[in-house]
Amino acid sequence: MSAVHHIPSSEAILACEGLSKHFGGIRAFTDVAFQARLGEVTAVIGDNGAGKSTLIRCLVGVHVPDGGEIFFDGRPRPFANPDEARKAGIETVHQNLALIDELTVAQNLFLNREIVRRIGPIALLDRKAMREQARAMLSRLSINMPSVNQRVRRLSGGQRQAISICRAAGSGAKLVVMDEPTAALGVQETANVEALIRRLREQAVSVILVSHNFDQVRRLSDQIWVMRAGRMVATVRSSETTGNELVALVTGAA
Amino acid sequence: MNTPEQNAPVHTAGAAEESRPSLSALLLDPSFWADWASVVGLVGLVIVFGIAQPVFLSIANLQALLLAAAILVVLSIGQTFVVATAGIDLSLAAAVMLGAIILGLVNAAGWGIFAACVLAVLATSAVGLLNGVLITAGKIPDFVVTLGTLSGITGLGLILSGGEPTMVGSTFLLKLASGSFGPFGYPVWVAIAAVIVAHVALYHTRFGVHLLATGGQVESAGALGIRTNRVKIAAYTISGFCAGIASVLLVARIGSAEPLINTSLLLNSVAAVVLGGVSLFGGRASILGPAIGALMLTALVNGLTLLSVSAFYQPLAVGAIVVLAALIMRYQK
Repeated sequence: MSAVHHIPSSEAILACEGLSKHFGGIRAFTDVAFQARLGEVTAVIGDNGAGKSTLIRCLVGVHVPDGGEIFFDGRPRPFANPDEARKAGIETVHQNLALIDELTVAQNLFLNREIVRRIGPIALLDRKAMREQARAMLSRLSINMPSVNQRVRRLSGGQRQAISICRAAGSGAKLVVMDEPTAALGVQETANVEALIRRLREQAVSVILVSHNFDQVRRLSDQIWVMRAGRMVATVRSSETTGNELVALVTGAA
Repeated sequence: MNTPEQNAPVHTAGAAEESRPSLSALLLDPSFWADWASVVGLVGLVIVFGIAQPVFLSIANLQALLLAAAILVVLSIGQTFVVATAGIDLSLAAAVMLGAIILGLVNAAGWGIFAACVLAVLATSAVGLLNGVLITAGKIPDFVVTLGTLSGITGLGLILSGGEPTMVGSTFLLKLASGSFGPFGYPVWVAIAAVIVAHVALYHTRFGVHLLATGGQVESAGALGIRTNRVKIAAYTISGFCAGIASVLLVARIGSAEPLINTSLLLNSVAAVVLGGVSLFGGRASILGPAIGALMLTALVNGLTLLSVSAFYQPLAVGAIVVLAALIMRYQK
């Protein structure tokens, strides 16, 4: 159970080997091996400070790891920045780095992938098309939003998270990475997001899900990876585990 | 700051959910006054000065006012791009001086006025580029970097010019300064063109959205793949470019390149941006707001002059109005 080292299989969409990251003297995680299989929902769980978020940020190019290798689609693909990861087909819903308060809902949904019309050498924003598609994206995920022209600053935490998930899911990505996607959501919104994650899976989109909520993880995921104190300590099939076993793995009581 | 341009889609799209607020509710809402501070101020000044001194409203005076405002409008646009990224460009007026001196020297060297103007604009753009690179790559606060370049290029200007003004006798610049097309002089048209181009760049291009995103939440913007450093460098370069245009207009206006910094240009460019409802914390900006803010500040000086108020009182009035505007801004939504 403790040794989780293996060669990334061909069916892995995203994998890493021997990955390490520290900030100054503080070790975020050491020698981590991990893989997310194509078309599956892969969950990463662990206590606060176990290194989950930092691992995810390394995998999607926000942080550059100190050592180890990252494979995407079977090839070594170290991403130097989030833009590269995004171009390769990885969309991320970050825990804190999500939306720009001063921009509108529609602007946020299309940030850095704006729709433009070309007039000769000049590319102008097609704001009407973006507003219309933004409304369509929101209604597809049954996210209730009074107006797509509203500034994000004036939205609730739940609405904000819904929008960042909507943005990640709405781009035709191969892999959507979500860091605590329902942490700040209400009951109805949580149910909507879970339904959305299932829908992504049905459409063969791979999902990596970081969560504290063991019940949610067992409901949604196919494979669960467990981190503890900066190490990847176990991996189990969701269908073959219990809530008690996950608690034991996370706390180290096993 | 919500320009009419920005508000229009809100009303059409949101018409079903939210009805238009009534006029009285609008007038009681402090954020309305905050968003429209520069327009309200300009209208107020025009009414007050128009009553106190009817000459103020004469066509000739209004044309002179617009002509005098052109340089400040162009500079305020440059400052707006920088402030939108939550930065500030203190080297703006010094860059204008450097541009003017280079224009004068290149022209005096016999290179022709067109080459002189292009080189002046290139030089000030390079100053902006340098600011941007030092701030992003050097990770030095904008305030410190532009204060440093303010001093540095002031010195450079003095060294290049030997502290002496250079006469620029050019028919092209003379025409630029005194000629007119339709109701406005050429400098006014230059300012109008700058307003239109900047407005389109801010609201209708990807760069504009990325600029506001960078100013709003730089880390989030970076996480979404926006190259925030490049955006900031571009903003400072635009500021430098605007300083170059302003230096050409300035040399055309006074007929010589002076090794003197007009510090009121710098302060007024920041003041116009604040009056225009642009957030000094970044992320919110408009072009019409600061342009109208620049007009308002020019109208203030013009009106006080017509009323024979001593020039000593003008900075006092500008200062009072800017602080008042900043207070009103606190009520911005």
